[in-house]
Amino acid sequence: MTDTTILDQNRDAGFGDYFALLKPRVMSLVVFTAMVGMLVAPGQINPFVGLCAILFIAVGGGASGALNMWWDADIDAKMKRTIKRPIPSGRIEPGEALGLGVALTGFSVILLFLATNWVAGALLAFTIFFYVVIYTMWLKRWTPQNIVIGGAAGAFPPMIGWAAVTGDITLESILMFALTFAWTPPHFWSLALFVKSDYKDAGVPMLTVTHGRKVTRNHILAYTFVLAAVALGLGLTSIGGPAYMAVAVIMNAWFIKGAIDIWRRTDEDSEADSHLVERKFFKFSLFYLFIHFGMLLVETSLAPLGLGGW
Amino acid sequence: MAEQIRATHELHTRRLSRNVGLGVVLVLFVGMVYGLTIAKVGTDPNDELGAPWAQAQERAAE
Repeated sequence: MTDTTILDQNRDAGFGDYFALLKPRVMSLVVFTAMVGMLVAPGQINPFVGLCAILFIAVGGGASGALNMWWDADIDAKMKRTIKRPIPSGRIEPGEALGLGVALTGFSVILLFLATNWVAGALLAFTIFFYVVIYTMWLKRWTPQNIVIGGAAGAFPPMIGWAAVTGDITLESILMFALTFAWTPPHFWSLALFVKSDYKDAGVPMLTVTHGRKVTRNHILAYTFVLAAVALGLGLTSIGGPAYMAVAVIMNAWFIKGAIDIWRRTDEDSEADSHLVERKFFKFSLFYLFIHFGMLLVETSLAPLGLGGW
Repeated sequence: MAEQIRATHELHTRRLSRNVGLGVVLVLFVGMVYGLTIAKVGTDPNDELGAPWAQAQERAAE
Protein backbone atom coordinates (compact mmCIF):
# COMPACT_ATOMS: atom_id res chain seq x y z
CA MET A 1 0.00 0.00 0.00
CA THR A 2 1.40 3.37 -0.97
CA ASP A 3 1.12 6.63 0.93
CA THR A 4 -1.34 7.86 -1.65
CA THR A 5 -3.82 5.07 -1.00
CA ILE A 6 -3.62 5.68 2.75
CA LEU A 7 -4.43 9.33 2.17
CA ASP A 8 -7.37 8.40 -0.06
CA GLN A 9 -8.82 6.04 2.49
CA ASN A 10 -8.67 8.58 5.32
CA ARG A 11 -10.65 11.19 3.50
CA ASP A 12 -10.48 14.70 4.80
CA ALA A 13 -13.81 16.43 4.52
CA GLY A 14 -14.14 19.40 2.21
CA PHE A 15 -16.23 22.47 2.97
CA GLY A 16 -19.10 21.03 0.95
CA ASP A 17 -19.28 18.00 3.22
CA TYR A 18 -19.90 20.19 6.26
CA PHE A 19 -22.45 22.17 4.28
CA ALA A 20 -24.20 18.90 3.30
CA LEU A 21 -24.63 18.15 7.02
CA LEU A 22 -26.97 21.14 7.19
CA LYS A 23 -29.41 19.56 4.67
CA PRO A 24 -29.41 22.54 2.28
CA ARG A 25 -32.41 21.27 0.28
CA VAL A 26 -34.64 21.26 3.36
CA MET A 27 -33.24 24.69 4.18
CA SER A 28 -34.79 26.22 1.05
CA LEU A 29 -38.32 25.49 2.34
CA VAL A 30 -37.35 26.86 5.75
CA VAL A 31 -35.98 30.08 4.23
CA PHE A 32 -39.00 30.61 1.98
CA THR A 33 -41.68 30.03 4.62
CA ALA A 34 -39.78 32.00 7.29
CA MET A 35 -39.44 34.88 4.85
CA VAL A 36 -43.18 34.83 4.10
CA GLY A 37 -43.99 34.71 7.82
CA MET A 38 -41.80 37.76 8.33
CA LEU A 39 -43.08 39.76 5.35
CA VAL A 40 -46.79 39.24 6.01
CA ALA A 41 -46.50 40.06 9.73
CA PRO A 42 -47.91 43.40 10.83
CA GLY A 43 -45.18 45.76 11.92
CA GLN A 44 -41.76 46.72 10.73
CA ILE A 45 -38.35 45.20 10.91
CA ASN A 46 -35.11 46.71 9.70
CA PRO A 47 -34.40 44.97 6.35
CA PHE A 48 -30.87 43.99 7.40
CA VAL A 49 -32.09 42.63 10.73
CA GLY A 50 -34.81 40.74 8.85
CA LEU A 51 -32.27 39.26 6.47
CA CYS A 52 -30.06 38.18 9.38
CA ALA A 53 -33.09 36.71 11.20
CA ILE A 54 -33.91 34.55 8.15
CA LEU A 55 -30.27 33.47 8.04
CA PHE A 56 -30.35 32.50 11.74
CA ILE A 57 -33.55 30.52 11.24
CA ALA A 58 -31.92 28.73 8.29
CA VAL A 59 -28.78 28.02 10.32
CA GLY A 60 -30.96 26.71 13.17
CA GLY A 61 -32.66 24.40 10.67
CA GLY A 62 -29.22 23.34 9.45
CA ALA A 63 -28.09 22.65 13.00
CA SER A 64 -31.01 20.30 13.55
CA GLY A 65 -30.12 18.61 10.25
CA ALA A 66 -26.55 18.01 11.46
CA LEU A 67 -27.79 16.64 14.80
CA ASN A 68 -30.26 14.43 12.94
CA MET A 69 -27.45 13.01 10.78
CA TRP A 70 -25.31 12.44 13.87
CA TRP A 71 -28.05 10.45 15.61
CA ASP A 72 -29.25 8.59 12.50
CA ALA A 73 -25.80 7.68 11.14
CA ASP A 74 -26.51 3.97 11.78
CA ILE A 75 -29.71 3.88 9.73
CA ASP A 76 -28.34 6.25 7.08
CA ALA A 77 -25.65 3.62 6.40
CA LYS A 78 -28.37 1.05 5.65
CA MET A 79 -30.39 3.02 3.11
CA LYS A 80 -29.47 3.71 -0.53
CA ARG A 81 -30.82 7.27 -0.41
CA THR A 82 -28.66 8.24 2.55
CA ILE A 83 -25.58 6.04 2.35
CA LYS A 84 -23.58 8.76 0.60
CA ARG A 85 -24.18 11.29 3.36
CA PRO A 86 -21.00 12.67 4.97
CA ILE A 87 -21.05 10.44 8.08
CA PRO A 88 -21.92 7.01 6.62
CA SER A 89 -19.48 7.63 3.77
CA GLY A 90 -16.74 8.23 6.32
CA ARG A 91 -15.87 11.77 5.31
CA ILE A 92 -17.00 13.26 8.61
CA GLU A 93 -16.79 11.74 12.09
CA PRO A 94 -20.08 11.52 14.04
CA GLY A 95 -18.53 13.61 16.82
CA GLU A 96 -17.77 16.40 14.36
CA ALA A 97 -21.41 16.49 13.25
CA LEU A 98 -22.53 16.61 16.89
CA GLY A 99 -20.11 19.45 17.63
CA LEU A 100 -21.18 21.41 14.57
CA GLY A 101 -24.87 20.87 15.36
CA VAL A 102 -24.55 21.98 18.99
CA ALA A 103 -22.40 24.99 18.09
CA LEU A 104 -24.75 26.15 15.34
CA THR A 105 -27.76 25.66 17.63
CA GLY A 106 -26.25 28.00 20.23
CA PHE A 107 -25.13 30.43 17.53
CA SER A 108 -28.49 30.65 15.77
CA VAL A 109 -30.72 30.79 18.87
CA ILE A 110 -28.65 33.41 20.72
CA LEU A 111 -28.16 35.62 17.69
CA LEU A 112 -31.83 35.43 16.70
CA PHE A 113 -32.77 36.42 20.24
CA LEU A 114 -30.29 39.34 20.20
CA ALA A 115 -31.29 40.49 16.72
CA THR A 116 -35.06 40.25 17.22
CA ASN A 117 -36.75 39.13 20.45
CA TRP A 118 -36.96 36.28 22.94
CA VAL A 119 -40.16 34.78 21.50
CA ALA A 120 -38.46 34.16 18.14
CA GLY A 121 -35.32 32.85 19.86
CA ALA A 122 -37.33 30.51 22.10
CA LEU A 123 -39.40 29.24 19.16
CA LEU A 124 -36.24 28.45 17.21
CA ALA A 125 -34.75 26.63 20.23
CA PHE A 126 -37.97 24.65 20.62
CA THR A 127 -38.02 23.78 16.92
CA ILE A 128 -34.51 22.34 17.10
CA PHE A 129 -35.35 20.47 20.32
CA PHE A 130 -38.55 19.14 18.77
CA TYR A 131 -36.86 17.92 15.59
CA VAL A 132 -33.82 16.40 17.25
CA VAL A 133 -35.17 15.00 20.52
CA ILE A 134 -38.90 14.44 20.02
CA TYR A 135 -38.76 13.40 16.35
CA THR A 136 -35.29 12.00 15.61
CA MET A 137 -34.41 10.39 18.93
CA TRP A 138 -37.82 9.38 20.20
CA LEU A 139 -40.62 8.96 17.69
CA LYS A 140 -38.99 8.35 14.30
CA ARG A 141 -38.11 4.73 15.04
CA TRP A 142 -41.14 4.10 17.21
CA THR A 143 -44.31 5.11 15.40
CA PRO A 144 -45.47 5.15 11.78
CA GLN A 145 -46.91 8.59 12.53
CA ASN A 146 -43.29 9.81 12.49
CA ILE A 147 -43.97 11.80 9.31
CA VAL A 148 -46.70 13.79 11.03
CA ILE A 149 -44.42 14.60 13.98
CA GLY A 150 -41.47 15.43 11.75
CA GLY A 151 -43.71 17.69 9.70
CA ALA A 152 -44.41 19.78 12.77
CA ALA A 153 -40.73 20.67 13.09
CA GLY A 154 -40.65 21.79 9.47
CA ALA A 155 -43.76 23.88 10.03
CA PHE A 156 -42.36 26.24 12.66
CA PRO A 157 -40.28 28.61 10.44
CA PRO A 158 -43.15 30.91 9.31
CA MET A 159 -44.19 31.17 12.95
CA ILE A 160 -40.63 32.16 13.90
CA GLY A 161 -40.49 34.71 11.06
CA TRP A 162 -43.78 36.19 12.27
CA ALA A 163 -42.55 36.29 15.88
CA ALA A 164 -39.32 38.00 14.78
CA VAL A 165 -41.41 41.00 13.67
CA THR A 166 -44.27 40.97 16.17
CA GLY A 167 -42.73 39.26 19.22
CA ASP A 168 -45.99 37.34 19.43
CA ILE A 169 -47.80 34.10 18.58
CA THR A 170 -51.20 34.74 17.00
CA LEU A 171 -53.93 32.88 15.12
CA GLU A 172 -52.33 33.82 11.79
CA SER A 173 -48.95 32.41 12.72
CA ILE A 174 -50.51 29.25 14.19
CA LEU A 175 -52.47 28.69 10.95
CA MET A 176 -49.32 29.18 8.86
CA PHE A 177 -47.74 26.50 11.05
CA ALA A 178 -50.79 24.28 10.60
CA LEU A 179 -50.66 24.66 6.82
CA THR A 180 -47.22 23.05 6.52
CA PHE A 181 -48.02 20.62 9.33
CA ALA A 182 -51.16 19.24 7.63
CA TRP A 183 -49.52 19.34 4.19
CA THR A 184 -46.63 17.03 5.13
CA PRO A 185 -48.56 13.71 5.54
CA PRO A 186 -50.36 13.72 2.16
CA HIS A 187 -47.20 14.99 0.49
CA PHE A 188 -44.95 12.33 1.96
CA TRP A 189 -47.34 9.39 2.01
CA SER A 190 -48.28 9.88 -1.65
CA LEU A 191 -44.55 9.60 -2.39
CA ALA A 192 -44.34 6.48 -0.21
CA LEU A 193 -47.05 4.87 -2.35
CA PHE A 194 -44.93 4.87 -5.50
CA VAL A 195 -41.31 4.89 -4.33
CA LYS A 196 -39.76 1.72 -3.03
CA SER A 197 -37.88 2.67 0.12
CA ASP A 198 -35.63 0.65 2.38
CA TYR A 199 -36.89 2.19 5.61
CA LYS A 200 -38.05 -1.26 6.65
CA ASP A 201 -34.51 -2.67 6.48
CA ALA A 202 -33.32 0.28 8.55
CA GLY A 203 -35.97 -0.39 11.21
CA VAL A 204 -37.94 2.80 10.64
CA PRO A 205 -41.70 2.13 10.74
CA MET A 206 -43.49 3.54 7.71
CA LEU A 207 -47.27 3.57 7.49
CA THR A 208 -47.27 1.77 4.12
CA VAL A 209 -45.39 -1.13 5.73
CA THR A 210 -46.84 -1.24 9.25
CA HIS A 211 -50.52 -0.68 8.40
CA GLY A 212 -50.61 -1.34 4.68
CA ARG A 213 -51.22 0.77 1.64
CA LYS A 214 -55.02 0.93 2.00
CA VAL A 215 -54.68 2.56 5.43
CA THR A 216 -52.11 4.96 3.95
CA ARG A 217 -54.65 5.97 1.27
CA ASN A 218 -57.24 6.59 4.03
CA HIS A 219 -54.76 8.74 5.94
CA ILE A 220 -53.93 10.80 2.84
CA LEU A 221 -57.63 11.57 2.35
CA ALA A 222 -58.21 12.46 6.02
CA TYR A 223 -55.21 14.80 6.21
CA THR A 224 -56.14 16.42 2.90
CA PHE A 225 -59.50 17.42 4.38
CA VAL A 226 -57.76 18.84 7.44
CA LEU A 227 -55.32 20.67 5.16
CA ALA A 228 -58.12 22.20 3.09
CA ALA A 229 -59.87 23.45 6.24
CA VAL A 230 -56.64 25.04 7.47
CA ALA A 231 -55.80 26.59 4.09
CA LEU A 232 -59.25 28.15 3.74
CA GLY A 233 -59.29 29.21 7.40
CA LEU A 234 -55.99 31.02 6.87
CA GLY A 235 -57.61 32.93 4.02
CA LEU A 236 -60.20 34.37 6.41
CA THR A 237 -57.60 35.88 8.75
CA SER A 238 -56.00 39.31 8.49
CA ILE A 239 -53.25 38.02 6.18
CA GLY A 240 -55.67 36.39 3.72
CA GLY A 241 -57.83 38.08 1.14
CA PRO A 242 -59.85 37.53 -2.04
CA ALA A 243 -56.86 36.68 -4.25
CA TYR A 244 -55.51 34.12 -1.77
CA MET A 245 -59.00 32.71 -1.22
CA ALA A 246 -59.73 32.30 -4.94
CA VAL A 247 -56.49 30.40 -5.50
CA ALA A 248 -56.91 28.37 -2.28
CA VAL A 249 -60.44 27.26 -3.21
CA ILE A 250 -59.30 26.04 -6.63
CA MET A 251 -56.13 24.36 -5.38
CA ASN A 252 -57.83 22.64 -2.45
CA ALA A 253 -60.72 21.42 -4.59
CA TRP A 254 -58.14 19.92 -6.93
CA PHE A 255 -56.13 18.48 -4.07
CA ILE A 256 -59.21 16.89 -2.47
CA LYS A 257 -60.20 15.41 -5.82
CA GLY A 258 -56.71 13.92 -6.12
CA ALA A 259 -56.90 12.49 -2.59
CA ILE A 260 -60.32 10.94 -3.32
CA ASP A 261 -58.92 9.40 -6.53
CA ILE A 262 -56.04 7.93 -4.53
CA TRP A 263 -58.44 6.68 -1.86
CA ARG A 264 -60.66 4.93 -4.42
CA ARG A 265 -57.80 3.11 -6.08
CA THR A 266 -56.54 -0.34 -5.28
CA ASP A 267 -52.89 -1.32 -5.54
CA GLU A 268 -53.72 -3.22 -8.72
CA ASP A 269 -55.13 -0.03 -10.30
CA SER A 270 -52.09 1.83 -9.14
CA GLU A 271 -49.58 -0.62 -10.53
CA ALA A 272 -51.49 -0.89 -13.81
CA ASP A 273 -50.75 2.74 -14.70
CA SER A 274 -47.38 2.99 -12.90
CA HIS A 275 -48.90 4.98 -10.00
CA LEU A 276 -49.93 7.82 -12.31
CA VAL A 277 -52.50 9.36 -9.95
CA GLU A 278 -50.17 9.14 -6.95
CA ARG A 279 -47.34 10.72 -8.93
CA LYS A 280 -49.56 13.57 -10.12
CA PHE A 281 -50.82 14.19 -6.59
CA PHE A 282 -47.26 14.30 -5.23
CA LYS A 283 -46.10 16.69 -7.96
CA PHE A 284 -49.08 18.93 -7.30
CA SER A 285 -48.31 18.92 -3.56
CA LEU A 286 -44.93 20.52 -4.30
CA PHE A 287 -46.66 23.50 -5.94
CA TYR A 288 -49.44 23.53 -3.38
CA LEU A 289 -47.37 24.83 -0.47
CA PHE A 290 -45.31 27.20 -2.58
CA ILE A 291 -48.42 28.77 -4.15
CA HIS A 292 -50.27 29.15 -0.84
CA PHE A 293 -47.39 30.94 0.86
CA GLY A 294 -46.78 32.87 -2.37
CA MET A 295 -50.39 34.09 -2.38
CA LEU A 296 -50.03 35.34 1.18
CA LEU A 297 -47.14 37.44 -0.13
CA VAL A 298 -49.29 38.67 -3.00
CA GLU A 299 -51.98 39.82 -0.55
CA THR A 300 -49.37 41.74 1.44
CA SER A 301 -47.92 43.27 -1.72
CA LEU A 302 -51.37 44.42 -2.83
CA ALA A 303 -52.11 46.09 0.50
CA PRO A 304 -50.28 49.39 -0.28
CA LEU A 305 -52.43 49.66 -3.42
CA GLY A 306 -55.57 49.28 -1.33
CA LEU A 307 -56.30 45.90 -2.93
CA GLY A 308 -54.96 43.28 -0.52
CA GLY A 309 -56.78 41.77 2.44
CA TRP A 310 -60.44 41.79 3.33
CA MET B 1 15.96 9.53 -10.20
CA ALA B 2 13.29 9.62 -7.50
CA GLU B 3 9.80 10.55 -8.58
CA GLN B 4 8.84 14.07 -7.60
CA ILE B 5 6.13 14.52 -5.02
CA ARG B 6 3.13 16.23 -6.56
CA ALA B 7 2.49 19.55 -4.87
CA THR B 8 -1.29 19.36 -4.99
CA HIS B 9 -3.01 16.12 -4.23
CA GLU B 10 -6.82 15.94 -4.34
CA LEU B 11 -6.71 15.89 -0.56
CA HIS B 12 -4.93 19.25 -0.56
CA THR B 13 -7.64 20.70 -2.78
CA ARG B 14 -10.26 19.48 -0.34
CA ARG B 15 -8.41 20.96 2.61
CA LEU B 16 -8.00 24.23 0.75
CA SER B 17 -11.74 24.34 0.05
CA ARG B 18 -12.40 23.79 3.75
CA ASN B 19 -10.00 26.48 4.84
CA VAL B 20 -11.15 29.03 2.28
CA GLY B 21 -14.79 28.21 3.07
CA LEU B 22 -14.25 28.71 6.78
CA GLY B 23 -12.38 31.95 6.10
CA VAL B 24 -15.24 33.29 3.99
CA VAL B 25 -17.78 32.30 6.67
CA LEU B 26 -15.78 34.09 9.36
CA VAL B 27 -15.42 37.26 7.29
CA LEU B 28 -19.16 37.22 6.57
CA PHE B 29 -19.85 36.69 10.27
CA VAL B 30 -17.77 39.74 11.21
CA GLY B 31 -19.54 41.79 8.54
CA MET B 32 -22.92 40.59 9.76
CA VAL B 33 -22.26 41.46 13.40
CA TYR B 34 -21.02 44.89 12.30
CA GLY B 35 -24.11 45.40 10.13
CA LEU B 36 -26.44 44.22 12.90
CA THR B 37 -24.82 46.64 15.33
CA ILE B 38 -25.34 49.55 12.95
CA ALA B 39 -28.93 48.45 12.24
CA LYS B 40 -29.83 47.98 15.90
CA VAL B 41 -28.18 51.16 17.12
CA GLY B 42 -29.42 53.05 14.09
CA THR B 43 -33.08 52.43 14.86
CA ASP B 44 -33.02 53.94 18.35
CA PRO B 45 -34.77 57.34 18.04
CA ASN B 46 -32.89 58.63 21.09
CA ASP B 47 -29.56 57.77 19.55
CA GLU B 48 -27.52 60.10 17.37
CA LEU B 49 -27.37 57.41 14.67
CA GLY B 50 -31.00 56.45 15.01
CA ALA B 51 -32.67 59.84 15.03
CA PRO B 52 -32.66 60.32 11.21
CA TRP B 53 -34.09 56.84 10.72
CA ALA B 54 -36.83 57.44 13.31
CA GLN B 55 -37.69 60.79 11.71
CA ALA B 56 -37.90 59.13 8.29
CA GLN B 57 -40.27 56.52 9.71
CA GLU B 58 -42.47 59.24 11.21
CA ARG B 59 -42.59 61.06 7.89
CA ALA B 60 -43.50 57.83 6.11
CA ALA B 61 -46.27 57.16 8.62
CA GLU B 62 -47.75 60.62 8.00
